Amino acid sequence: MSRTTLDLWVGFFVAVGLGALLFLALKVGNLASTSSGETYPIYAKFDNIGGLKVRGAVKSAGVVVGRVTEIRFDPEAYLGVVTIQVDARYKFPRDTFATINTSGLLGEQYIGFEVGGDTAMLKAGDTIKKTQSAVVLEKLISQFMFNKAAEDDGGKK
Amino acid sequence: MDNGLTRALRQLGAQFNSRIWRLGFAARFFLAIMLHSGTSLRRIHLTIREIYFTGVLSLIIILVSGLFVGMVLGLQGYDTLARYGSTEALGVLVALSLVRELGPVVAALLFASRAGSAITAEIGMMKATEQLSAMEMMAVDPIARVVAPRFWGGVISMPLLAALFSAMGVFGGYLVGVQLIGVDEGSFWAQMQASVDFREDILNGVIKSFVFGIIVSWVAVFEGYDAEPTAEGVSGATTRTVVTSSLAILAADFVLTAFMFTGT
Repeated sequence: MSRTTLDLWVGFFVAVGLGALLFLALKVGNLASTSSGETYPIYAKFDNIGGLKVRGAVKSAGVVVGRVTEIRFDPEAYLGVVTIQVDARYKFPRDTFATINTSGLLGEQYIGFEVGGDTAMLKAGDTIKKTQSAVVLEKLISQFMFNKAAEDDGGKK
Repeated sequence: MDNGLTRALRQLGAQFNSRIWRLGFAARFFLAIMLHSGTSLRRIHLTIREIYFTGVLSLIIILVSGLFVGMVLGLQGYDTLARYGSTEALGVLVALSLVRELGPVVAALLFASRAGSAITAEIGMMKATEQLSAMEMMAVDPIARVVAPRFWGGVISMPLLAALFSAMGVFGGYLVGVQLIGVDEGSFWAQMQASVDFREDILNGVIKSFVFGIIVSWVAVFEGYDAEPTAEGVSGATTRTVVTSSLAILAADFVLTAFMFTGT
């Protein structure tokens, strides 16, 4: 084998390998959709964050507008503090309502923004005051059971 | 009885000693490769030749295995996901398992048996036929001329092969999931893109395959260089390359995974 054909093959190999990496980055991964945008941080305090994870989505009207970047525990208020990086293209009113929702029955949890009517907008570093915690399935079930039990007692009397 | 016991203990100690001795020699050998790799980078055609032998010639096996692994993932994943009524997540399942684990690991295992064994056999035969000594006689450093280009050829080829394996696997999963079974194409790709992160998943996979490349190439060149210069010794060294590097890959994979994917 002469050296030129060998070089050609190696060049082909490297090009195809890099092409595969590019395919993974753009088509399989989310490099194209998230990397370029500027973001600003917003904080939200929840009684219970449920199964929310770092990198979880933040959606408004079902559209992804940001990502959860940090979750920590506030030892004074005993609340979960979630740091959200919101896409700089989008502004939200100050009385935006943040809820933790679940996509699908067993799906991943995400934060939903329900927009309020305030004219002032959230700025970088602001904290969302109105939040609703994640629904804990056990609590929901036990509440339902207690209600049922109470109803049955009432019926007997 | 007592004599037999001491003999057994002595053998055990000697074996342990020689293991430690080999480990130390391997570490020193790694350092020597690093020190001499300047030559292999300056005379780049030596390394390019090795990329041809380790990388390009492994293309077929990597591509075909990647395709089949992806297709199996598509079938098995669909079967399990269908029970939970979430077959749209098939793309996520296929892509994440390939990019994070199967791509780097299976490609590295294939690479160890396809290219690593060949490197060991080649260097071992060179040693057995005294080509390495002949080089030293001509004041050519065999580590710079023979070992370092093979090492770097392996290290460069490995991440590219792993990326190709993953890409091929995703394509295989797409073929089975979307074309054959009929999962919705839009949600297959969209859910995949939503859950696969470039830095967290893909870049960590590339780092993994890079580390595996170093491990396989290091073990391969070391076993070859350290082989007993007989036909039997070379065959033993080739076997040891595959066994040692496979075990090292899996162990290193555990450690790397523990570091990379449990941070949250």
